Amino acid sequence: MSQLDVAAIRKDFPIFTRTIRDGKKLVYLDSGATSQKPQSVIDAEVDFYSRSNAAAHRGAHQLAEEATEAVEAAREIVANFLGGESDEIVFTKSATESLNLLAYSYTSLITAEDRIVVTEMEHHANLIPWQQLAQRTGATLSWFEVTPEGRLDLSNIDNVITENTKIVSITHQSNVLGTINPLDAIVARAHEVGAVVILDACQSVPHMPINVTELNIDYLAFSGHKAIGPTGVGVLWGRSELLEMLPPFLFGGSMIETVTMTDATWAPAPRKFEAGVPNMAQIVGLGAALNYLSKIGMNNIHLHEIELGSYLLAQLSAIEGLQVVGPVDMQNRGGTISFTFGDIHPHDLGQYLDAQGIAVRTGHHCAWPLTRKLGVAATTRASLYFYNDKDDVDALVSGIIGAKKYFGRE
Amino acid sequence: MELDALYQEVILDHYKHPQHKGLVPTYDAQVHHVNPSCGDETTLNISLDNGSIKSISWDGVGCSISQASVSIMSDLMIGKSVKDAEVILNSFVDLMQSKGLKSGDPQILEDGVSMAGVSKFPARIKCALLGWMAYKDAVLSASSK
Ligand SMILES: Cc1ncc(COP(=O)(O)O)c(C=O)c1O
Repeated sequence: MSQLDVAAIRKDFPIFTRTIRDGKKLVYLDSGATSQKPQSVIDAEVDFYSRSNAAAHRGAHQLAEEATEAVEAAREIVANFLGGESDEIVFTKSATESLNLLAYSYTSLITAEDRIVVTEMEHHANLIPWQQLAQRTGATLSWFEVTPEGRLDLSNIDNVITENTKIVSITHQSNVLGTINPLDAIVARAHEVGAVVILDACQSVPHMPINVTELNIDYLAFSGHKAIGPTGVGVLWGRSELLEMLPPFLFGGSMIETVTMTDATWAPAPRKFEAGVPNMAQIVGLGAALNYLSKIGMNNIHLHEIELGSYLLAQLSAIEGLQVVGPVDMQNRGGTISFTFGDIHPHDLGQYLDAQGIAVRTGHHCAWPLTRKLGVAATTRASLYFYNDKDDVDALVSGIIGAKKYFGRE
Repeated sequence: MELDALYQEVILDHYKHPQHKGLVPTYDAQVHHVNPSCGDETTLNISLDNGSIKSISWDGVGCSISQASVSIMSDLMIGKSVKDAEVILNSFVDLMQSKGLKSGDPQILEDGVSMAGVSKFPARIKCALLGWMAYKDAVLSASSK
């Protein structure tokens, strides 16, 4: 298999020492929903609370200084990780908040003549904020359709992204299909008409090397908890000249320059977008998470997932009655694989697998328009990460076969 | 195994041979309920006659628990007075909230007691209740006509 020493990596993740449902080994195949955490991330949070806890950016005492330094050091880590600048990194509580921040902040910049473009494979978090922005402003929401193979249909790109398009917000990797969307043509067309490109990178930043400058995008959002970081911290990256121009979304402490009884002015970005005392321990934990990922190497992680993903795809295609929903080869796809299995409902399959210690996700995966379009009420999803190995895949495959026997009994 | 407590034969039977599935065209009320966390859906038609439940028919997609539960519910409720049906409904809801501590009264719930194991699986209680909540909604709307 790949370069990664998965056995050694798993030792860094305390959760793998526990068992599931009466002593079964944990087979965790739900990293698309949230990832497990290494001890170094847990320690970073504990250390912050144990040693440096104070309100960052406020107060003149040593602890406040240390807390500020810790938060700003994490900002630097995130910036380097994404290939951006420190003052282009806004800490939020989640990707959901990052995307809502953008959708709200753009309210005054969008008119009824404008168009906002998404795709049919968006997570609800990158669909509903834009639906709502369209409803607030009277703008038109349009979208790229998804082909039966689970790819974006870009054949009519010039009709989807028109001269009136101001925002194109798309997912980098589908959390349901595993499809990695090609960005070049979309970015080129969007910029040709003067639109900004927002990338929902929730399922790509944790899994592959990302460089915002090379991608030539304008904004990017991801969640710390899917990238082995803590819950409660997300990132919005934006090009500095855009963050400069964009009005703030949340108002309060720390985001101002001056305040009178009737008015206020804003601190420069990113502070303008970070009202209130930030989630400091989580931000520090995210810094530790990205350091851990960098140490493993994002390219190694990507290659490992491709290798394991193609093994999983091959195993799944050999099971009679199993239908992969999404691309059936590893061309431009990651290690997130959804499927249906005969007439066994995903919820029942998931329950059976759980009894074997195997954690998968079942349902519409917060992408209801997509599953509806593909004509499946629900799917079972296995999502791989760098701490998974062939044993995990083998356990899943024998679990699926076992489920057939179990539910097929008369 | 815990799993066998969940997937009783009765449940799988109802799943494979659902009762009163297929919507009848005449009804006093029709409701459509979804389980937003998993996408399961049920449409339910109900007709009342003089304070009694004359007919229930339904259609939907969902897991074995949700489909079996609505099948069991229809079987139980048809022919009962709305008053008796309320007792059955309350008894079933109570069983679902029992966290595995109750086994259900077979006099009241009949096949419904096979659902007792569901109450140990918090994520599945909504599946089991989908059809029952649709019934509750439908009977209310039919009664207020
Ligand atoms: C593609 C995608 N976008 C957005 C989100 C929302 O992330 P969060 O719930 O962490 O804000 C998710 C996570 O479920 C996702 O997979």
